[in-house]
Amino acid sequence: MTDMIEAPSADDIISSLEKKFRDNVTVRKTAARRVYLTCGRETIRELCVHLHDVLNFEHASSLCGVDWKDHMQVVYHLSNYANGMMIEITVDVPNDDPHIDSVALIWEGADWHERETYELFGIIFDGHPRLERLLTPQNYEFFPFRKSYKLRGQQ
Amino acid sequence: MAEMWITMGPQHPFSHGLWTLKVKADGEVVTDAEPVVGYLHRGWEKECENRQYPLIIPMADRLCYSASMTWSHIYCKVVEEAIGIELSDRAKYLRVVADEICRIQSHLMWLAAMGTDLGNLTVFLWALREREFFLDLNVKLCGQRLTTNYPRIGGVRNDMPYYFERDCLRVVNRFEKMIWELVAMMDESAIFLGRMRGIGIISRKDAANYGLTGPVMRGSGVDFDVRRDDPYCNYDQLDWDVAVCSEGDAYARYKVRMEEMFQSCDIIRQAMAKLDSIPKTEPTRVKVPRNVPAGTHFARLEDPRGESLMYLVSDGTDKPYRLKVRSPIFVNVSASKHFVKGVRIADIPAIMGTLDMCLGETDR
Repeated sequence: MTDMIEAPSADDIISSLEKKFRDNVTVRKTAARRVYLTCGRETIRELCVHLHDVLNFEHASSLCGVDWKDHMQVVYHLSNYANGMMIEITVDVPNDDPHIDSVALIWEGADWHERETYELFGIIFDGHPRLERLLTPQNYEFFPFRKSYKLRGQQ
Repeated sequence: MAEMWITMGPQHPFSHGLWTLKVKADGEVVTDAEPVVGYLHRGWEKECENRQYPLIIPMADRLCYSASMTWSHIYCKVVEEAIGIELSDRAKYLRVVADEICRIQSHLMWLAAMGTDLGNLTVFLWALREREFFLDLNVKLCGQRLTTNYPRIGGVRNDMPYYFERDCLRVVNRFEKMIWELVAMMDESAIFLGRMRGIGIISRKDAANYGLTGPVMRGSGVDFDVRRDDPYCNYDQLDWDVAVCSEGDAYARYKVRMEEMFQSCDIIRQAMAKLDSIPKTEPTRVKVPRNVPAGTHFARLEDPRGESLMYLVSDGTDKPYRLKVRSPIFVNVSASKHFVKGVRIADIPAIMGTLDMCLGETDR
């Protein structure tokens, strides 16, 4: 177990991730107080544990799904309270096997975000304590935020 | 005695909107709780995918009636980031003034609701009386009391009207005196202190882990405010303090909100002074293209209730491909189990009242 870095700068984050994950995590770009990452869905839980335990990202701001038609995507926004740093992680999920590891046991704040993403996009979070519909009725069998679900008036 | 589930809501005086808190009670003591939301789910995010960018601003107002200014602000902010334009200083400070007016009136609405929750109707009347002066400022600035529709993509709709600065400073100066009457009425009342102190305690570590934000988190000792630590709209050029309390109980959250109102008064006064030094000829709004270049962007902002975040996926057309809203109350209420575990049923209104529920943004 390495020591925790209380307020990591963008360089600290990138070097720490390179040491631990090598090619599994790609840095897309950086900006002031922002780091944008991409990783495969098999690394996401390990990456989140590392960010939480070592780099002090103690708050999961948001988690959402995006339907790119040919694949799904889950987007994580994590923030650090010590210096206002935010990390965005995008993870691609294939349409025919929409499974991804849950992070609800790392940050309890991600619990409802995952439930919401499940009910609206049909992405299944493995290991979630209670993956049930939250905003829509329990008997819905469709996922309304997918692009295949058309609103009235849409072609 | 056997434990039983009690359903509080969706129509219940403490709920301040349509949601249900299922409470498992062992006699008088709460052993478990489960919030049920979704009564107001109207597919806000999906609805946006069918609308041009400017048409979403009034929709963003309706996410929360008492924080409409900050919601339309953050929506405009994320679209501005996607287009890549920088606002003029004048527009930035006008947004600061509008946001802080919104914050004060939202906290006063919370204080009024809290007063009725605890059976003190005078607090309700006095807080709403003070709030009305700030709503009058909204009317002068934007023509509306609640759904203000004031920020625009690229600036704000209009500059300050004549005498707005004078009126605004009058209201703020008056409010700083009058708020002491409210403070006295709450803090010198043994009933109020007895019902607020030492209940609904959340530790600093838990507050971060549960995803709590805003006054709830700062009441638990997390020293973080998006306005200071991730500044936008020239908040870093103003001199003010973040209200933090380390106790973590309901009373700490009350103290944080009261202190935030004082700080907001200070911010308004400084922003007005800055506006004075900027020539009136500086534009308050820049022209923006109808189509937003393809890309993904996010913006975050300190809402009166916590950290709000919007994530925009644009595909180069004049409609968003996906717009995600991170509502602070959605996450705060998901932790309500931890707030009420171990307290008595009669304490639930006092604890859940300090969350400042708003269902429009929770269910979206």
